[in-house]
Amino acid sequence: MASGVPATLREIIRFRDLVTALVVRELKMRYRGSVLGFVWSFLNPLLLMLVYALVFSFFSRHQIENYTVFVLTGLLPWLWFSLGLSHSVGSIVSGGPLIKKIVFPVEILPLVAVLSNLANYLLSLPILLLFYLVGGVTLTAWALFLPVLVVVQFVFMTGLCLILASINVYLKDVEQVLGNVLTLTFFLTPILYPASLIPDRFRVLLYVNPLAPLFEAYRNILFEGRAPAWEGLAGLGLLSLVVLAAGFFTLNRLRDAFAEEV
Amino acid sequence: MTETGVPAIQIQDLSKQYRRYSMAGISTIKDLFVKGFLGRERVARDTFWALRNVTLAVPEGRTIGLIGPNGSGKSTLLKLITGILKPTAGSISVNGRISALIELGAGFHPEFTGRENVYLNGAMLGMSKAEISDRFDEIVGFAELEEFIDAPVKTYSSGMYMRLGFAVAVAVEPDVLLVDEILAVGDESFQHKCLRRINEIQNRGRTILFVSHDLSKVEKLCHMVAWLDHGTLRMAGEPQAVIDAYLADVDRADERALRAVNKATEHQRWGTREVEITGVRMLDARGEERAIFDSGEPVVIEIAYRADRRVEDPVFGIGLFRSDGLQCYGSNTDIDGVTLPYVEGEGTVRFVADGLDLLAGEYLLDCAVHRRDHHPYDYHVRLYRFAVRSEIKDSGVFRPAHRWEDRR
Repeated sequence: MASGVPATLREIIRFRDLVTALVVRELKMRYRGSVLGFVWSFLNPLLLMLVYALVFSFFSRHQIENYTVFVLTGLLPWLWFSLGLSHSVGSIVSGGPLIKKIVFPVEILPLVAVLSNLANYLLSLPILLLFYLVGGVTLTAWALFLPVLVVVQFVFMTGLCLILASINVYLKDVEQVLGNVLTLTFFLTPILYPASLIPDRFRVLLYVNPLAPLFEAYRNILFEGRAPAWEGLAGLGLLSLVVLAAGFFTLNRLRDAFAEEV
Repeated sequence: MTETGVPAIQIQDLSKQYRRYSMAGISTIKDLFVKGFLGRERVARDTFWALRNVTLAVPEGRTIGLIGPNGSGKSTLLKLITGILKPTAGSISVNGRISALIELGAGFHPEFTGRENVYLNGAMLGMSKAEISDRFDEIVGFAELEEFIDAPVKTYSSGMYMRLGFAVAVAVEPDVLLVDEILAVGDESFQHKCLRRINEIQNRGRTILFVSHDLSKVEKLCHMVAWLDHGTLRMAGEPQAVIDAYLADVDRADERALRAVNKATEHQRWGTREVEITGVRMLDARGEERAIFDSGEPVVIEIAYRADRRVEDPVFGIGLFRSDGLQCYGSNTDIDGVTLPYVEGEGTVRFVADGLDLLAGEYLLDCAVHRRDHHPYDYHVRLYRFAVRSEIKDSGVFRPAHRWEDRR
């Protein structure tokens, strides 16, 4: 069977209706049976933001103006990132019954996890806008740069998810470790605090963490209304492409035995 | 597409080995990646050949039946052809769009409605949204689910579930259709409907690969038959010839299996055991114990009993049931006007039939001994199995001894 990135992409495009159908199923499934239904996709990040805002206004000496809006700006794309990864890591394993019976490009499964959480992120943007209005934060033209950040994060996440979900078929430990790694990453990434708050001796963390420039950029263009730091972002853009290629490479190397292993 | 001479499915020296990988020899993270995941030589612990050197060509527009005992590699071959599994060695080429009926309704989500599942399942089988919309009414019509299509499939009966699964799968309009044993499920009318649809697909000149244990169906549907045994292709060719050879081969194995079942079952038995049935055997004309008989062949049912104390006027009886529960025959010594004055100690009673005129199929046998007023001594209900084999494709329950006369 043809492998390589172009062939894989063609396959995904051929099955685009399936991707759409699965994303819609994912979104419908998540809240089916709960009274508040879709409201939860807004309510969850809001409650989380409230927790962090409370905790941090108690313990942090640093007073950031409009802290709730500040946190929410970074928290929403973070939820996309962390939920996307947690949902996709086991997606090939849990898709086992399908993989054994139907022929379709397996990469669709992690992709659907990334996309359905992206949809959630996009749907929560109006809420963010509402908070901006209430908090008196005005958006500038730089906000139009948001789609670029979304694309960069999407490519980066998809690559990561393909790698993690493939390896997880053989080594279920990946799934277990991921939760802890995500929690650590959350606190190491400037989401609840600005990068400027990191003491100098720890600044190296900012340079080794590929997510740092991304979340800084989200806040730059939305909250602060100014240009992002280009070098960091360009670096992440390149890295994303490398990770995506690595993702397809890993998956193509391992996919042949998926139907036997899951 | 209708080019003659080009096989629809070409299988060349195909082998498939199943492996379990072990983590032995992998001690560092680097090894894990280099050897474990990305390396081509992985450390195999147990290996098992599911298929070995199978070469087979299926001409376009033909229907081929795949037969063989369980575990002979039929399903593996099917999954290799679809591309779900990858061959260990050899090659497969398939000419055209392929659809596999491996499990009906695979991928249905119970919480979703029939409508949502049709779209989802259709998309998984490679149809576009527009294609599904075009055929939606036809799918629902075939499945006879017009009234229920907007109810969640978890509320469906298993028959409804199958019908919908089948309807979606055949709506794909494949060039090559693979069918795995699915016609063994569902009610009679649904099976007929599926068979009719498969006939239609045949008439449209599509290629079908049909896996089944139902040899009469295979013979009816297929242009050629391939027989797999322990992963190798034993024989391929004319349906009649291959099926005959296969039957001759499995008879001995089946006899053993059926008799083992007979010995193993100990349930569905009641009675006071004042007279106890100690054994039941089915014998052929030569007095040899058998579990498979030809239709019309003489059969003796031998009931061995033991009565520790003298019991007056017992009645022995037998009942023959088809495997679906239909009673084909039942009688006892009382009904037949045979009187056994008493039994004491050990002995046997025989039901001797000069010809067992049942049609081909699997049957169950009841044996009982009771008092004339039906007070039970020992009832053995559906405890014994046997099969009847027939070359004749007549239908019904029994075959009266008969002939046709042409009186012109």
